[in-house]
Amino acid sequence: MSKFLKRSAQGAGVPHHKRTSDLETVVMPVPSKIVLSMGQHIGAPAAPTVAKGDQVYVGTVVGKAGGFVSADIHSGVSGTVSEITTITAPNGAKQTAVVIIPDGEQKVDPAIAPPQVTDLKSFQDAVRASGLVGLGGAGFPTAVKLAPKNLDEIDTLLINGAECEPYITSDNRCFIEDTHHVLAGIKAVMKYLEIPKCIIGIEGNKPEAIAKMRAAIDVAGIEVKELPCRYPQGAEKVLIENCTGREVPFPGLPSDVGVIVMNVTSVAFVSKYMETGMPLVTKRLTVDGDIVKEPKNVEVIIGTPIQELLDFCGGLTDEPGKVLYGGPMMGTCVADLEQPILKNNNAVLAFSKALAHTPKMSNCIHCGRCVNACPLGLAAKDIVQAYNKGNVELLQELNADLCMSCGTCSFVCPAKRPLAPSIALAKILMKNGGKK
Amino acid sequence: MANKLIVTAAPHITSEDTTQKIMQRVSLALMPTLIASVIIFGINALILTAVTVIACVVFEYLYCKLVGREVCISDFSAVVTGILLAFNLPATLPWWMAIVGAFVAIVVVKQLFGGLGYNFANPAIVGRIALALGFASKMSSYPLPANSVDAFSSATPLAVVGQAGSESYVTLLLGQHGGVLGETCAITLIIGGLYLIWTKVISPIIPVTYLATVAVLSVLAGQDPIYQLLSGGLILGAFFMATDYVTSPTTNKGKLVFGIGLGVITCGIRFFGTMNEGVSFAILLMNLVVPYIEVLTRQDRLGIAKVKKTKEGAAK
Repeated sequence: MSKFLKRSAQGAGVPHHKRTSDLETVVMPVPSKIVLSMGQHIGAPAAPTVAKGDQVYVGTVVGKAGGFVSADIHSGVSGTVSEITTITAPNGAKQTAVVIIPDGEQKVDPAIAPPQVTDLKSFQDAVRASGLVGLGGAGFPTAVKLAPKNLDEIDTLLINGAECEPYITSDNRCFIEDTHHVLAGIKAVMKYLEIPKCIIGIEGNKPEAIAKMRAAIDVAGIEVKELPCRYPQGAEKVLIENCTGREVPFPGLPSDVGVIVMNVTSVAFVSKYMETGMPLVTKRLTVDGDIVKEPKNVEVIIGTPIQELLDFCGGLTDEPGKVLYGGPMMGTCVADLEQPILKNNNAVLAFSKALAHTPKMSNCIHCGRCVNACPLGLAAKDIVQAYNKGNVELLQELNADLCMSCGTCSFVCPAKRPLAPSIALAKILMKNGGKK
Repeated sequence: MANKLIVTAAPHITSEDTTQKIMQRVSLALMPTLIASVIIFGINALILTAVTVIACVVFEYLYCKLVGREVCISDFSAVVTGILLAFNLPATLPWWMAIVGAFVAIVVVKQLFGGLGYNFANPAIVGRIALALGFASKMSSYPLPANSVDAFSSATPLAVVGQAGSESYVTLLLGQHGGVLGETCAITLIIGGLYLIWTKVISPIIPVTYLATVAVLSVLAGQDPIYQLLSGGLILGAFFMATDYVTSPTTNKGKLVFGIGLGVITCGIRFFGTMNEGVSFAILLMNLVVPYIEVLTRQDRLGIAKVKKTKEGAAK
């Protein structure tokens, strides 16, 4: 009842479209080239360590982390560096990229060996060397996440397996196919960071994943929590509140309330890396959308051009309207199909022109759906109004900068107003102190 | 090929709900009451409703054309206003007066303030009030049911309860008594209201708190609460007029305040005022304070309250 008056935070009943959830992952063969962007994570871009003509192997470092908050980039193929070029990322930023032409032999770099992990320090170093970034989509360097300043106050490891975006089922397949690695990764993090408790949050629309994980858990302190199917369950702050009842202060980090959140694919990768020492060079993706001929879950080498991935899935049945990195709620449009797969991608979705159509917007009728749906309790309609008036003070009062761009407000709006993008602009206005 | 892809900001999908669908549902929810009013008051009820609906839509169309605003009659909001306005009129009202009411509702209250979403008060309520003040005698001569009591006489054997001259509960529920078109038959109004709650078009908070407040205050004032709930325009107002999105608060807290305020004003007018009906004025008055309620009843933002407290604590 108190929550009822405090913040309704109803979220949105987004369609699931998870028709690929029972499709076992298939491995895509080596593509004709890979393009490795040096900016596949939050933080400083990596710096190329190879030059044109260099021979690289599977697992060879081609980009060195550009700072503490950064990550190494590795080659997923053996072959020759054909050029160091500049590509335009979907957000419009220019990124340096290493282009490699595979020789097809997939020779593994001789330096690859399982890391020697004995304590926290060596564990953190191993994660750093693996090039792992948050694979749920954010792309935050995992090594940084696993080195919080208040490590002794962390009492809960939260595994994010909500996968609340429509269409995407790659995390679901991770639970089902890599059950052992998920559990081993969790145990490793709990052991080296001395975290006593772990909660695995999975949305109720993945019963097989929930059953498999529950059956696999063989130690105390790890539990699976079934989450309601309301978007955005997988948003970090929402997940933390639903699983632990704690509110992450703003501005602040999950570690401020004693929690570290890791995506399920990330934690499974930690275990794989400790077994083999092979850094992050492949990624499981859901390829779906109304014009994809054969929707699939695909394990693909990072850097593969989207066009080749789509061809592997039987190609497209119609001219594409939109192609997305990620899900339809928070995913980014790609401008052309030569764009490469990035570490933090978990889906590539292709939609026909009909589905990509942007509905016509009409006047706001103050129905309050955006207000009551917002998981954070923001009043989207008021924020957009304040933005249109350029009222930065009001934007601050409304906490517009808290918005995480989950898109729930835009989704539920019956007048089809682009609320989430407008709030993103409002945040920029706040940052610039009122200058548009 | 490469440059043909559409690039927009996320999200890339939206819900099935549209303004048009919502307004159509509201219209649908009002249909049982329209049928009841035709049974009770005769074909005149249907004709009057048709007149107001057509007048509202035509005024909306003409005004938009006149000022070069995009014509949006397809969103059905003018239809809803038309039906609600008719429901607030006695079946015997001359058509031209109804058209005046439609003009006030659509042109004066809605379009002059900017069109859908910008009206400060419920158009149909202001239309009714304008007519009630301008054509007082015509507006307050409530016709008795057209088809006489015979049709329902077997259903009304219950003793007359409440004050002298008041109707029995069953009569009130079925609407077999004098009144305006849409406020007599409580049962069909409640069915329509429940349909809107079921389809999530409206939240139950405003109707529930409004009706509960009236019931509680009636008991405290020594009045018969059931009689108070079922008579006048209360049920129509609570489910269909007070819940108008544009002129009601958006948060749960705000809706609670709004509903209680409506109940208090309605009872104040009914028990102490010279007018026998308080619903229209209660809704109008509360419409006017909605912007203030909105500001004062904002939701808690996740993770914000805590930071603020510590900041204030540090300042002190």
